[in-house]
Amino acid sequence: MSDTTSTLDEFNEVSDPSLRARIEDFLVDYVHMVDDARIPEWPDYFTEDAFYQITTRENHDAGLPVGIMQCKGRGMMKDRVKALYEANIFEPHVFCHVLGRPRIHEETPGLYRARTNFQVTRTMQNGDRELFGTGKYLDVIACDGTTPKLQERRVVLDSRRVDILIVYPL
Amino acid sequence: MTISATTELKEPLTWPEEGVTRVPYRVFYDEDIYAMEHEKIFRGPIWNYLCLDIELPEPGDYKTSFIGEIPVIVTRDMDGEIHAMVNRCAHKGALVCLKEHGNARMLTCIYHSWSFDLSGQLRGVAFRNGMRGKGGMPDDFDPDKHRLEPIRVELFCGMIFGTFSDETPPFETFLGERMSGFVKRSMGRPIKLLGSHSQIMHHNWKLYAENLRDSYHATLLHTFYTTFKINRLDMDGGVLLSDNGWHSISYAKRDTLVVDDEYAKSGVHSAQYDSQLNAPEFMETFEEFDDGITHAIQPIFPSLCVQLTLNSLAVRFYVPRGVDKTELFWIYLGCEDDTEAQTQMRIQQSNLTGSAGFVSLEDGCINEFVQRGARGSLDKESFLEMGGRDVESSDGSRATETAIRGFWKGYRELMGV
Repeated sequence: MSDTTSTLDEFNEVSDPSLRARIEDFLVDYVHMVDDARIPEWPDYFTEDAFYQITTRENHDAGLPVGIMQCKGRGMMKDRVKALYEANIFEPHVFCHVLGRPRIHEETPGLYRARTNFQVTRTMQNGDRELFGTGKYLDVIACDGTTPKLQERRVVLDSRRVDILIVYPL
Repeated sequence: MTISATTELKEPLTWPEEGVTRVPYRVFYDEDIYAMEHEKIFRGPIWNYLCLDIELPEPGDYKTSFIGEIPVIVTRDMDGEIHAMVNRCAHKGALVCLKEHGNARMLTCIYHSWSFDLSGQLRGVAFRNGMRGKGGMPDDFDPDKHRLEPIRVELFCGMIFGTFSDETPPFETFLGERMSGFVKRSMGRPIKLLGSHSQIMHHNWKLYAENLRDSYHATLLHTFYTTFKINRLDMDGGVLLSDNGWHSISYAKRDTLVVDDEYAKSGVHSAQYDSQLNAPEFMETFEEFDDGITHAIQPIFPSLCVQLTLNSLAVRFYVPRGVDKTELFWIYLGCEDDTEAQTQMRIQQSNLTGSAGFVSLEDGCINEFVQRGARGSLDKESFLEMGGRDVESSDGSRATETAIRGFWKGYRELMGV
């Protein structure tokens, strides 16, 4: 299993300010898409065979393969979106992500590794709001000059506890 | 909140005369009843799941767990023997183990450095003889009388169980032959941990005990089950109970599906979903057993469940965190001799269950809706007559609440209500 935290320092930090800005904007656009509940757009942020996982720090550090949600490829992400709108039942709520400044390193030209810390609050329909999760995004981002896409995103939650349920991607 | 020895309720609980087909909502809210459950159920003549044997692989390994809200330590001593004890120092009551797991030769309370061996015997008291001839423990202080409170343990199919009571029968007797046989089917082989997490649910622990035994709701609330033909009531299946009714198995055989238009006719939302998957490969399975059973949920009284949803093998156990809060642990397992392809299938199918599970995420909120719905109606009761009024196995049908009635039978017997 690749581990972005340990491999980040093997590569040089991206120094081109315009490339850095493009990737940063992409990372921000992603969380705004989730926060604005435009979830049908979610798979578009990934490459066709991308890997997406929500897991806990405990599982991640122990190298355990099962987390909380895992998608191999955009097809599984589309199934998540479909189930969310048509099958799953849950109380209406919205997320608000706040990102820290990402560290972005170049693995090869066009392929970047990034770590971004995040906090996400959840607000329920009745107004209850709380800190839903804190953790880090460990990303592999393909950016060949046009739009960046996630080739891999590991959402590593600091806590092993999920409050109530997870249905929207993080 | 008080969790102390309570053998009598300030306000007596009179069970409805209809018996286990009715459950007074008060049992999900009452702090006195909650305290009494700790005395009569969790400290009573039953086995409580503590952890897996593979979580303590080496001598000196320890892991913390819970029985009800009571904090527990499970250890493997230097001879490989498993022990369990309350995680409460014999001196002032502080937690002895702070870390959830570790390896040690002695368990030392950080407050006053009392140290205990891995079986819980007191081995050292700091300044026992005082300083310079002054202070220290009285001469008649007997370390043997101050051990960590012991919990009797038994290992069954890789799972460690604990009991406070001398009256608890051996685990296989507690479970009965049919139930222990089915646990052996699922868990009686070398297993490995694939991952775990937990989920906080905002309701009383018994609502999840009901929910696990509720084969009636499974295919109605969990649309994904029905649509993708993982578990439907028009498959061969049934609900089997232990002789005393406390434990159960709900099972389905996927290959026996003969689509019944009852789902479509009754207009339930679970039948209204287009069933084309974009990535059907994540539902690929391999045949593990020759009995045709592809889905089995086995709740074991009071707070354990062994799950095989297709090939997704998991242990679920739940811990009360107050009268209206419950932590549910999901522990995903594979087998030591799985091929890489089989491991990948178990990993992919883990998407079905857990706090984000396609067929289980609704359970994170549905019991909270009961907790909220019945607020202010504590003199009212729920109605459980689906499939009849008895506590008997239902071999042909899962349109029944018999396993829930079985849970309440056990509950009433232990609580004396």
